[in-house]
Amino acid sequence: MEEYISPSYGKRKKLMQAAAFICFRIFSYTIALTLFFILGFIIVKGIGVINWDFLTKMPENGMTEGGIMPAIIGTLYLMAGSAVFSFPIGVISGIYMSEYAPNGRIVKFIRTMTNNLAGIPSIVFGLFGMAFFVNRLGFGDSILAGSLTLGLLALPVVIRTTEEAFRDIPKSFREGSLALGATKFQTVMKVLLPIAMPRVMTGLILSLGRVSGETAPILFTCAAYFLPKLPSGIFDQCMALPYHLYVVATSGTDIEAQMPIAYGTAFVLIMIVLIMNIAANTIRKHYEKKTSLK
Amino acid sequence: MTKIDARNIDFYYGNFHALKNISLSVPANEVVAFIGPSGCGKSTFLRLFNRMNDLIPDTRMTGTIMIDGQDIYDRAVDTDTLRRNVGMVFQRPNPFPKSIFDNVAYGLKVNGVKDKSFIAERVEHALKSAALWEEVKNKLKESAYSLSGGQQQRLCIARAMAVRPSVLLMDEPASALDPIATAKIEELICELTKETTIVIVTHSMQQAARVSHKTAFFYMGEMVEFGDTKKIFTNPEKEATQNYITGRFG
Amino acid sequence: MKRLADRTSKWVFTVSGFTTSAVIILIIAFLFTESAGLFSTPIVEEGYVLAVNSSNNVKDLNTEQIKNIFDGEITSWDEVGGKDMEIEIFRLEDLEKIYTVEQLGAEYEHAGEKIAEQIYANPGIIAFIPESMIEGIPDIGFIDDRNIRIKDVLFGREWFPTATPSPIFGILPLILGTLWVSFFAILIALPFGISIAIYMAEVARPEVRKVLKPVIELLNGIPSVIYGFFGLTVIVPFLQNTFGLPVGESGLAGSIVLAIMALPTIITVAEDAMSSCPRSLREASLALGAGHWQTIYKVVIPSSISGITSGVVLGIGRAVGETMAVLMVTGNAAVIPHSILEPLRTIPATIAAELGEAPAGGAHYQALFLLGVILFFITLIINACVETVSSRHKTQA
Repeated sequence: MEEYISPSYGKRKKLMQAAAFICFRIFSYTIALTLFFILGFIIVKGIGVINWDFLTKMPENGMTEGGIMPAIIGTLYLMAGSAVFSFPIGVISGIYMSEYAPNGRIVKFIRTMTNNLAGIPSIVFGLFGMAFFVNRLGFGDSILAGSLTLGLLALPVVIRTTEEAFRDIPKSFREGSLALGATKFQTVMKVLLPIAMPRVMTGLILSLGRVSGETAPILFTCAAYFLPKLPSGIFDQCMALPYHLYVVATSGTDIEAQMPIAYGTAFVLIMIVLIMNIAANTIRKHYEKKTSLK
Repeated sequence: MTKIDARNIDFYYGNFHALKNISLSVPANEVVAFIGPSGCGKSTFLRLFNRMNDLIPDTRMTGTIMIDGQDIYDRAVDTDTLRRNVGMVFQRPNPFPKSIFDNVAYGLKVNGVKDKSFIAERVEHALKSAALWEEVKNKLKESAYSLSGGQQQRLCIARAMAVRPSVLLMDEPASALDPIATAKIEELICELTKETTIVIVTHSMQQAARVSHKTAFFYMGEMVEFGDTKKIFTNPEKEATQNYITGRFG
Repeated sequence: MKRLADRTSKWVFTVSGFTTSAVIILIIAFLFTESAGLFSTPIVEEGYVLAVNSSNNVKDLNTEQIKNIFDGEITSWDEVGGKDMEIEIFRLEDLEKIYTVEQLGAEYEHAGEKIAEQIYANPGIIAFIPESMIEGIPDIGFIDDRNIRIKDVLFGREWFPTATPSPIFGILPLILGTLWVSFFAILIALPFGISIAIYMAEVARPEVRKVLKPVIELLNGIPSVIYGFFGLTVIVPFLQNTFGLPVGESGLAGSIVLAIMALPTIITVAEDAMSSCPRSLREASLALGAGHWQTIYKVVIPSSISGITSGVVLGIGRAVGETMAVLMVTGNAAVIPHSILEPLRTIPATIAAELGEAPAGGAHYQALFLLGVILFFITLIINACVETVSSRHKTQA
């Protein structure tokens, strides 16, 4: 057999392997560096702009001066609004899929639908929101319409994490509770929900992070280019950080003067996303440490 | 002639002392069986002979293992070459998701054999020595998953034999098979000693008695007794061995 | 009481379990109803007609021809199947150049006669005028004002939604733009994505993996408008300088940004697939004397290929549907791209850029919803692909 193997084959094999692995390593580090570059770029350029006035003042002088307070407030409104809508429905659907759905076929069907919903591009949500909430239901361009549209977008994430959190609870917990004479509903609320809660929370926070950065769904349902005052109710339009960044960066009247505002806005937006990510990770880690029962 | 010679082997998974000062030698072209209750270290010991335990992080071995007089844990030893020489058959049939032919040819190809006619010849020979040739010769291009469990395991034996290993390690090769398939594998083991030396781990004492020339009994990380199979099963020296083979524990 | 709560809760759970399905049905319903009117909309702006001399034998023009005539690019009737005579364009505002206000009347009450006069006098005329003005005047020929044709939309090579007298909704440039950008994005992302997935699943030490994993997650969490902004301020000027382009906003800029955005999806799914490749297969390969890398590309990759494919397809889905980042860096020229270094425009970017200006219910609005329908179906197809690929994987294993 030896006579059919070239004597240098072993060496070549090792060389190929080393080359391939070095290649992978370089690619991986490149991507990590890219992320740090993007983050670093925005943080370095943006942090100088940040001060108390920037965070708490209205835009002034055709958005070339002043702060971004209404955009921050608007984004917070939208996050809260979408949460009010997507959390209960998402959590309940997730529980349904894990605990109540009568057979595998229905679960599979709902899961397919949820995956499909998750795969729909955000701009299509925008179109739908405009046609349905803004025009058909007559909400007009408003925080309500924007929150509902964003809520739909967040729904799949919430459903998925809730379902997984409940599914991973060992069967014995359910049996123990039911054996004591509790109804299914009591078992779900009093036994399973507290156990699943930390992971459900993680999903909720991650979905909020996603909602805070979405632009396309609110373009035609809610976001305003500029408003001289804060919204006074859910039927008012509002400004939002991502949309503000978009307009300032692309269709500003005075690019030179507006660039710092754009960097500052990007910085605030990145910070919100980072905080959400870190919060979700902390909760997850905390939870993983606490429940090593598996 | 001694094929494998292990001296004073200790092995650790992290802090767990899995093998305790084991010495044993395997004669060429014979079958040596390792028996013992689960978790006794027999599979761990087997996997030292082709350095499969290198893949598990946080493990450590002391002692020496020589195969054909060469220390296989020497720095200069290339694991790929070692593993070509020391084949292995696993507990469950694990054919690759490839055709029957490609499964058997795999070992040759990854070791640098390019000659097509030689590969075809080796594949045929290996399938014949695994007693599978007659069953598959007309469907070599079909997926290996089209075979039955017993056939898959014989395919794995053929795959291991194709590179002409001088040692074949078998880790409970029949534990996932039905009695008929098991009988075929056992028959095969006796045949294969013409070509190679076999070390087999088994949980079935009958199997050890049927196929092996020598048997080693492991218990709690120690090798309690090692000797001719006949003697171990009829007149063991240690009480623990006696208890185990008469089924009092394990 | 306890029973009642149990039973009611069950209904609540069941109903909300089907929310996502209901939402999808609603989305489909609304996209279709809002876009449905497009093909029953006449090509010429509502309330207007295109009038010609009655001796002119051309009765049928498509939207592109109309636009080219009014842009002065078609100057003779024989180019559109008529006689060899020059085309004379007549718009309503031309009336005041020829006639005085007294002649036309204070409320344009004589305008109809005067237009008719012009049409009688010029055999090569084409007049874009309000229908009401020439009602009842005899001997005037009209260009057939038929509805917008499906063929002209799906295979139309030009997108001019605001052109007068007849807007053009050829979506081919938008579809091609989307495909080009996504194709190049995947071309860039693929080697990176697969390499990193292999590195994380097979090669990297656990500590390195612990660092890379959150990096990838964070990359996934960054909002698209931030990517767009980064692209606009860093990648666009870089490309402009490197390739000496007149404008840096180009398909390539879009592809690079999309590649970064599609990476996390590809990596996560592909890494998952490779990590779940059974250990027994790896060991079998190594036990035969195969090297680590040989084991990866001959055993691990082939046996997890369906998972890797799912990842790539999902990545494509992400690229195709991405809106804001692409809108900000591709330059948005709705022309069929000839090179990736030219500006181009994708379907989502078109919707985002134009819906704000399109009056609700108009042809332009409907056309944008039609784009939404197309986008929706592209993503449905992509999802179906992923489902089939991954279910095949399950039956195999």
